[in-house]
Amino acid sequence: MRDWRYWLAEQRGTLIAVAIFIAMFIIYISNHQAGLTANVVNTAANKGTLLALVAMAQALVVITAGIDLSVGTIFVLTNCVASYVITGNPFETAAGVALVLLVGLLCGAINGAIVIYGRLQPIVATIGSGAVFFGVALMLRPLPGGTVNETLADAMTGRIFGFMPASLLMLAAIVAVIWVPFRRSVIGRAAYAAGSSEAAAYMSGVPIRRGKFAAYVLAGLLAGIGGLFLTFFTYSGQASTSSASTYTLFSIAAVVLGGVSLYGGKGSAVGAIFGAFAFRTIGDLMFVFDLDALWQPLFQGVILLLAVSFGAIGLLQVRNRLEWFR
Amino acid sequence: MEEAIPLFQMTGVSKRYGGVRALEAADLAVEPGQIQAILGENGAGKSTLIKIMSGVVAPDAGQLMMHGQPVSFASPAAANKAGIACIFQELSLIPDLSVADNIVISDPPKRFGMIDRKAQRRVAEEALRRAGAEDIHPAALVADLPLSRRQMVEIAKALARNPRILILDEATSALTAADVTKVFSVLKRLRADGMALLFISHRMNEIAELADVCTVFRNGRNVATYAAGTRTDNDVVEMMIGREYSHVFPAKPLRGEAALPPVLECRQLSWTNRLRDISLSVGAGEVVGLGGLDGQGQRELLLALFGVLRGCTGKVLIDGKAVSISSPVTARSHAVGMALIPEDRKTEGLLLPMSVRENLSFSSLDRLSRWGIIDRAAEQIANDEMLQLLEIKTAGLDIPAGALSGGNQQKVVIAKWLMRNPRIILLNDPTRGIDVGTKQELYRLLRRLADRGASILFYSTDYDELIGCCDRVLVFYDGAIRRELAGEEMTEHALVASALNIPGGKATEVRV
Repeated sequence: MRDWRYWLAEQRGTLIAVAIFIAMFIIYISNHQAGLTANVVNTAANKGTLLALVAMAQALVVITAGIDLSVGTIFVLTNCVASYVITGNPFETAAGVALVLLVGLLCGAINGAIVIYGRLQPIVATIGSGAVFFGVALMLRPLPGGTVNETLADAMTGRIFGFMPASLLMLAAIVAVIWVPFRRSVIGRAAYAAGSSEAAAYMSGVPIRRGKFAAYVLAGLLAGIGGLFLTFFTYSGQASTSSASTYTLFSIAAVVLGGVSLYGGKGSAVGAIFGAFAFRTIGDLMFVFDLDALWQPLFQGVILLLAVSFGAIGLLQVRNRLEWFR
Repeated sequence: MEEAIPLFQMTGVSKRYGGVRALEAADLAVEPGQIQAILGENGAGKSTLIKIMSGVVAPDAGQLMMHGQPVSFASPAAANKAGIACIFQELSLIPDLSVADNIVISDPPKRFGMIDRKAQRRVAEEALRRAGAEDIHPAALVADLPLSRRQMVEIAKALARNPRILILDEATSALTAADVTKVFSVLKRLRADGMALLFISHRMNEIAELADVCTVFRNGRNVATYAAGTRTDNDVVEMMIGREYSHVFPAKPLRGEAALPPVLECRQLSWTNRLRDISLSVGAGEVVGLGGLDGQGQRELLLALFGVLRGCTGKVLIDGKAVSISSPVTARSHAVGMALIPEDRKTEGLLLPMSVRENLSFSSLDRLSRWGIIDRAAEQIANDEMLQLLEIKTAGLDIPAGALSGGNQQKVVIAKWLMRNPRIILLNDPTRGIDVGTKQELYRLLRRLADRGASILFYSTDYDELIGCCDRVLVFYDGAIRRELAGEEMTEHALVASALNIPGGKATEVRV
């Protein structure tokens, strides 16, 4: 059957992201002094997972043709909250984790409510809400500090069976529990439909508002899981401006690299994950080639621009020039 | 005598958009097992009628009844639930989803709370088969399908909802002839199964083949309902026209047979399947109308001439010399001297939040500036001249253009182009939604510009206007010019008949 071809066309963006990542990772490993050791893989996995979680969050919102400039601040806020509550006996620790995730959900729900029911543009709404989230984070942790249940943290950042990074397993579990059901549910399809053509979706009786709201809420949750992992890696919390803005911007870059269309309706969170890993590997490549770290932003920028131009090729085929502006 | 209760009925339904009445106390009864055709010229209220039936807009007054029970639809989803499915003229498909995703979009089959992809595939295949479109793969992305295939998906999508009433709004206009045959046999089968079908089309032969009952709309009211085949095409045209003349038009100059020197000509102009071999010429001082039903390629012609469409074939000549107009910048250049008054003044004509002054000057900034700096004094003089010429009523030049009335906004759009003294003026339905007084001013202005030597190409959906303003009218049908009417031939009857592509329309002489 021709089925596999349609599947291939649908997954094109994701597959390109996977290919970019694999190519980069091979170059990285083959030039690394230590080569492919469990340690090297684990470090790369841990760094990549953080950005991957935030990029997944961004992807959910971008699919609805929105953008979430508060993902980085939700990430930082939940990190600050986690540095207080994830301590004590297993029961208290579990309650702490639940609280952190709840904070993430709540942040996402606030964004969703402002965008959908307040009818503000996503870009403005999330700049505003992001500033508020960061303000709260600053009050919690103006200076680095706090603790975390180290047994849990080490389990989450270590290796399982001696070679498998636990963070990757967690990432796979999150995809299976959050992304796959979303993608396969009516709500998820409504989010895609709203991003692709909101008017057509409305005319077809699609629950647009619920779909978009769910996308924002889950984005908050994923950014919150990211904050949780950040706490596991650093054993502390800090309201850092640079983390917040870096992760927000990098999440957009990762989403674009991952084949998610900024016009909405196209792409998947899995693509965004590979986009994130690929973007992280760019930084590591600089390291193995012994290039000055000062070159990193320039290098990353060039890669990003190339990826974006690749996505804009379709505009060359437009036959009515007025469609460029729609 | 007792009457059977119709499946669906609307009584006394009215709808106004601003000051324009779209429907005025309209009645309609829909019976199962019957194909009912809705006829009417542009603006007769057909599309408002189906928008109300399918829950897209709410009526201002009147009642809808299903099986004799009053109903009201708050959204398209509500109308769907009640068993009314509509195939819209503007496609309602979501481009980035697959064909199967689209077909089941209103109510996907579910299993454990998630969409059951296998069941979805089955439903989609079944619906495509019922629509006679087995050639479309359910996994294909809608965005990758050509227009005619998308239209078939749209039909399959409507059928998958198992509606009791199916509305087809110009649903056959994008189809190939082979598809039309297939769709017709599908529709006839559905009728035999007891479905009620409402069929809106401007193709008289299609109506003759399909319809059991025809209802004619005029000026927002249903004026006649008759069993199909009991009236001649001529009778139908008579029923569709008959609007009161409310406009006053300026006198047209009397011309001999001597041909005017052509300023704008095009030869065999084609673009995708929307424009087919358009050849025309407009002389200096001539007002040429573009007629026909809405959406037959008139807009595309104006856009093509103005350099907006890519991949046009054919020739455009200005003053007898071939030119290649590749963008609006070339079109407005001194050598060509073209201006386009666009269809939608709010998005393509004006920058609503910016001031009247800025809007007036936008097209002429190259002429009003030196070394890139705008000459404020020259700008003021030019603006004042335009305000006077067009009698634009504004509280000042510095208020936002969006604060003006519709008529005055349209005057600003026209003024901004007149500042360049264009030799060729293209107008895309410029009087839509503006008041009668301003309309008359525009008619006089057009004639004055023509008298001063401008060549004008004027598209209007209002037949009165075309008759009153134009020296000649080219009637479009399906992307091609089907007829040219001039002088005494320009009657509303002839315009409507040729717009419907009725072959006999040519010979009939009718009183108006």
